[in-house]
Amino acid sequence: MNLFHLLPFVVIAVITLAGAVAAATLSNLVHAALSLVLSFLGVAAFYFLLGAEFIGLVQVIVYVGAVAVLIVFTILLTRPLPGARKGRNWAGVFVAMAVLAGLLWALHGTTLPASHPLASNALTVLAVGQKLMTAYVWPLQAVGIVLTAALIGAVVLAMEEKR
Amino acid sequence: MDKLSAVIAVSSVLFSIGLMAVITRRDAIFILIGIEMMLAAGNLNLVAFWWYGAHPELLTGAMMAIFTMAIAAGETAVGLALVLAVYRHRRTTQVDELNSLKG
Repeated sequence: MNLFHLLPFVVIAVITLAGAVAAATLSNLVHAALSLVLSFLGVAAFYFLLGAEFIGLVQVIVYVGAVAVLIVFTILLTRPLPGARKGRNWAGVFVAMAVLAGLLWALHGTTLPASHPLASNALTVLAVGQKLMTAYVWPLQAVGIVLTAALIGAVVLAMEEKR
Repeated sequence: MDKLSAVIAVSSVLFSIGLMAVITRRDAIFILIGIEMMLAAGNLNLVAFWWYGAHPELLTGAMMAIFTMAIAAGETAVGLALVLAVYRHRRTTQVDELNSLKG
């Protein structure tokens, strides 16, 4: 991994993790939601770096476009009360650090396959469409049913109750 | 340290930050945000193992990541609708105030 390939990787990693830390710690709800958008954009950049352009575009459209707007609207609709309790649960930070240490320890002790990605393996929309319509057609239908159920469920839950 | 390990290390850190958000935040919206971060970290792992693993021409990890994204989007929509429903009844989204089932 030479410097030319290392630099974009480091920049994207720093942006992603800085956005995630800001989203996890900022006390202003809207600022935290916008930091989450930054973190999602960093993850999308990782997908582009890994040759999965289609997944990167889906990440931008679904997460930055739809999920972030949904979160901001929920924050607007649920104003926090002024007497909300502040303070941080330091035991949770400790647990997260312990999990991170365990994951990195496991990664350190694992021999991963030697990486020789071919440039021709990039994820094209044509290949995704052919796979979705042949080998993955039943999972695709199942996801359609799940999304329909989620849509109806979300509308029913969020609907004003008429008395 | 090769590139696959580097990507997995980044996704491990992202997962831990999401876990920290889930445990330490008191607001239900931000618990959902932490879950989204953990799901993004898992997706990143799927794509990385697809790209650097054996038989990338089968597109297995990438297709899995696409389906995971669809399910995660549905999960977020239902979760935020639940937060709205709870807020309408209890006038709060702080999870430690939702303790009416506590004995």
